[in-house]
Amino acid sequence: MDRPNAESAAFKSNEIGADRNDYVLKRKDRSMNLKLSSKELKKEGIEKTVEISEANIYSCYQCGKCTAGCPTSEFMDIPPHEVIRLLQLGQIEEILNENTIWICASCITCAVRCPKGVDLSKIMEALRQIVLRKNVNHVHPNKVSKEKLQTLPQIALIANFRKFTH
Amino acid sequence: MIVGKRLNSIGVFICHCGINIASIVDIEEVKKQLSVYPGVEFVKDYQYMCSEPGQLLFKQACGSGTVEGVVVASCSPRLHETTFRRAAIEAGMNPYRIEIANIREQCSWVHRDEKEKATEKAVDIIQSVIERSKRNESLTAVSIQTTKKALVVGAGISGMQAALNIANSGVETYLLDREPSIGGRMAQLSETFPTLDCSQCIMTPRMVEVGQNRNITLLTYSDVEEVSGYVGNFKVKVRRKAAYVDWDTCTGCGICSEKCPKKVPSQFDRLLGHRKAIYSPFPQAVPNKTVIDKENCLYFKTGRCRLCAKACPLGAIDFEQKDRIEEIEVGAIVVATGYDLYEKEKIEEYRIGYCEDVVDGLAFERLLSSSGPTQGKVVRPSDGTVPKEVVFIQCVGSRDPNNHLPYCSRICCMYTAKHAMLYKHRVPDGQPYVFYMDIRSGGKNYEEFVQRTIEEEKVLYIRGRVARLYRENNKVVVVGADTLSGKKIEIRADMVVLAMAMRPSGGIEELSKKLKIQIDGNGFLAEAHPKLRPVETLTQGIFLAGCAQAPKDITDTVSQAGAAASMVLELLSNEELSHDPTTSWIDEELCAGCGQCVSQCAYNAIELDEKKKKAHVNEILCQGCGACIVTCPSGAVHQRNFTMSQYYSMIESLV
Amino acid sequence: METVSYMPGCTLKTAGKNFEESAIRLLEILGVTVEELERWFCCGTTYSLSSDNLMNHLAPVRTLLRAKETGRRELLVLCSMCYNTLRRTQDLVLHDQEKRDKINEFMYREETTFSGDEVRVVHLLNYLKDNVGFERVAEHIIRKPSDLKIALYYGCMLLRPEEVSIDESSEDPVIMEELFSSCGIEPVYFPFKTECCGSYQTVNKIDIVLSRAEQIIDSAVNNGADMIVTSCPLCYHNLDSSQERLADTVFGFRNIPVIYISQLLALLVGAGDAADYSLHSVDPRPVLKEKGLI
Repeated sequence: MDRPNAESAAFKSNEIGADRNDYVLKRKDRSMNLKLSSKELKKEGIEKTVEISEANIYSCYQCGKCTAGCPTSEFMDIPPHEVIRLLQLGQIEEILNENTIWICASCITCAVRCPKGVDLSKIMEALRQIVLRKNVNHVHPNKVSKEKLQTLPQIALIANFRKFTH
Repeated sequence: MIVGKRLNSIGVFICHCGINIASIVDIEEVKKQLSVYPGVEFVKDYQYMCSEPGQLLFKQACGSGTVEGVVVASCSPRLHETTFRRAAIEAGMNPYRIEIANIREQCSWVHRDEKEKATEKAVDIIQSVIERSKRNESLTAVSIQTTKKALVVGAGISGMQAALNIANSGVETYLLDREPSIGGRMAQLSETFPTLDCSQCIMTPRMVEVGQNRNITLLTYSDVEEVSGYVGNFKVKVRRKAAYVDWDTCTGCGICSEKCPKKVPSQFDRLLGHRKAIYSPFPQAVPNKTVIDKENCLYFKTGRCRLCAKACPLGAIDFEQKDRIEEIEVGAIVVATGYDLYEKEKIEEYRIGYCEDVVDGLAFERLLSSSGPTQGKVVRPSDGTVPKEVVFIQCVGSRDPNNHLPYCSRICCMYTAKHAMLYKHRVPDGQPYVFYMDIRSGGKNYEEFVQRTIEEEKVLYIRGRVARLYRENNKVVVVGADTLSGKKIEIRADMVVLAMAMRPSGGIEELSKKLKIQIDGNGFLAEAHPKLRPVETLTQGIFLAGCAQAPKDITDTVSQAGAAASMVLELLSNEELSHDPTTSWIDEELCAGCGQCVSQCAYNAIELDEKKKKAHVNEILCQGCGACIVTCPSGAVHQRNFTMSQYYSMIESLV
Repeated sequence: METVSYMPGCTLKTAGKNFEESAIRLLEILGVTVEELERWFCCGTTYSLSSDNLMNHLAPVRTLLRAKETGRRELLVLCSMCYNTLRRTQDLVLHDQEKRDKINEFMYREETTFSGDEVRVVHLLNYLKDNVGFERVAEHIIRKPSDLKIALYYGCMLLRPEEVSIDESSEDPVIMEELFSSCGIEPVYFPFKTECCGSYQTVNKIDIVLSRAEQIIDSAVNNGADMIVTSCPLCYHNLDSSQERLADTVFGFRNIPVIYISQLLALLVGAGDAADYSLHSVDPRPVLKEKGLI
């Protein structure tokens, strides 16, 4: 295990006239201070997510069973239950800045186990669609290597493009 | 029965109900129209007729002698009909001359935006009730004698408490239980929160008290076979199950159990230990007698053995014994049948990880109990080693409307903290983990107890549910989440304790049908009103106590049992009970004896006299629902103060 | 001889050839003729989870219409993705009148409409259980393996959501276990049998698949399995092809061959000689030989 480095790259020192103890701090992208209001909670993105998924995000009581059962959660920036929490708080931009919805493998385990019947698999799809429908691709089919096209089974490619392209 | 006599002068009160009625219905306009209506002696209005000054006004009118009947235009009769009827009695007027015209729920509350029309409707409603009221008769309430005895079904802590309270007030009580001994679930527990009193130690004095109380007759190892009758006069057939042991002779010495060669997994020990085919459920059983479990007895199965009979010094074994039915008469019944746990096999995502080391809360109690299968040593049921990593999972099956039960089982947070604490006391180098969603610790000293568990015993509380369990190398892998840190948590546990959801004891549906009481949407017995009538059912004379009504801890159970007992005593302390006389009666001249009304009656209140070919209504059982009246093809059935001519007069006035 | 309509899907003709070929031969021996639909369409592989886009449902509905036109009540599928997509689409059309009407209206050129209950989509396992009967399968066994331990892997799409599950329980299914037990092969305890293999992430996020495959394979190997038996071409690919990389990068990793359910059954009933073993990344022949199956 590496020894903790008090001068790690998390902090960058200010170059000009720097005293080695000066650090330039970048405010985290994930805002630690939320200012809530009914307008904030009813943002268009939230309403769109609910419309496309037909799921009731307010039923979720954050039990974490989805996260506990998610097969790919170890690769996610924010865990699945936090995605719903952020939606409840109106913070859809934060979700779209993270990789979570692109790590989801649509295995439906979360939806089957949810004690409140919140279909998280549909919410993930809705969030992906919100990004993709702006003509943004997560995967570029014309950039997939020839080798992959030849060796991967069709269903892998088709499923991938269905989920990750517009 | 009196045709033609009408009440000529009716007094009308219009209640404003604050703004509930007055802000939509124009009271002055209503008064104006009604004061010229034929038969109306006066029309008065007041802010709140249910208040003391309102009641005073009402009573003055009743007692004045100027009116023969009164109509109160107000809220639904469900709320205050009884109030006004009582007031009428006090003022000297027959209470069945009082009628309520509902101009709130059926008028002002549903026509908030149409004030003019609402006012017209209010006038219509009141006029129709005035017409009906003109044809009211004075009725006398039916009086019922009561049997000064009570039956308590279920002899756990709630049944025992209720029985003691009733019996100590001088009322003879039967205490019935389907197990061979009284004691219920508390007999299985190790220590109770928050004081950590030994459960059996605090309960056995009660058990002995119950056993020795002159006014309590124990009917253990018995079932309720049939119930008939009505409040104050129940007839109950009790099936005394065959124990195959003569209890009058048996002294509970236990030699039969010692000699018995057949071991059976013990239900009392939640299958963690064994008992014999002839057994007494636990050492402190009251009554201290043995029973033979016919399904597992070698003699009954194969015709051989009889070692118990040979060993018994008093010859108390009697293989020829049969079930017998005893009939008892009681005035009131308390249902205190307790709870069981939701089966852990129903949780599919955990099933794949089940083994002997995954147990439910009651089973863990048996492990902790000093009279349990391991004498209080916490060891793994599979190999007897001491578990060092123990995971406790709360909310298993509870708070899960999508897959299991929607409600909270109320006691799990507390008993899980207790389990973790007791485990830590016995295995100081062990590590307990608790997966929770919330901590519900609202009782007295409960929150402090939980905090002690976390702070002093250093139990790790992980906020999240567990997604699945599976077995690996003799351990159970628990896969859950901690939402507070946002991480998935995996623990390789030596033992897992599931706080399974609470559900009412098995057989509650059949029992409720026999008693004609309701079950709520979750299978628990339905109380008459969740806030104001928590120990009564909608069937008069039958009361509820304990977990049969809803999940609760011992404190609330004992309180509820006391409340049920006090309602029983209240009921039985009256010399007579009175029953609403707005019942139906049958005109024998018109009755053709077809018997259709008999089958329609949901309360079994009508009987057909086979010889006379005439039907007759038992006024006491009749609840005045009116089904028989519409059923009768001859029009021979009438209801007092709900006659057809009254209905016609109402319809005519409205049309 | 019974005949059943069959929809292969895109992969079963190429990467999943072994699956189709062994299944058809197996069914032949059991007295069932498989008749591939004259025209069928790629089902789209995933059932569209957005509630507002009906275009994605058209292809599965068209396939179901083709199946309806054959006049046969049942449509056999092997690929679990096809099974899941067709089943879920069929349920949607059956239960949502508005969407059903829109879809049928859009496809006005079709000669008939689809209302959801004319065709029953049935997976091979359910077909073997309900239409053929596991005992009848067992009767045709001519070759019994010696002490073969298998890990039965279901994957996701045959089980979730619960409405389409091939077994009553989607957390603890037993249909494959029942089948192979009837055939005299005992499955091992395999708690990862319903855990996702990583699915389509295999295209551009191979690390996810490698991580999942490692855990699934470890569980099978640690519980004593000689082979992993699966029913999904994508699971098959993920579990089979990741083993080369895993063997290189994970210390102590043990390889295990992966084969399709029908491949194993075909070997048992003496119809397994046409298998193309070059399609396997981890060659199953050593194990099959050792256990007396070839």
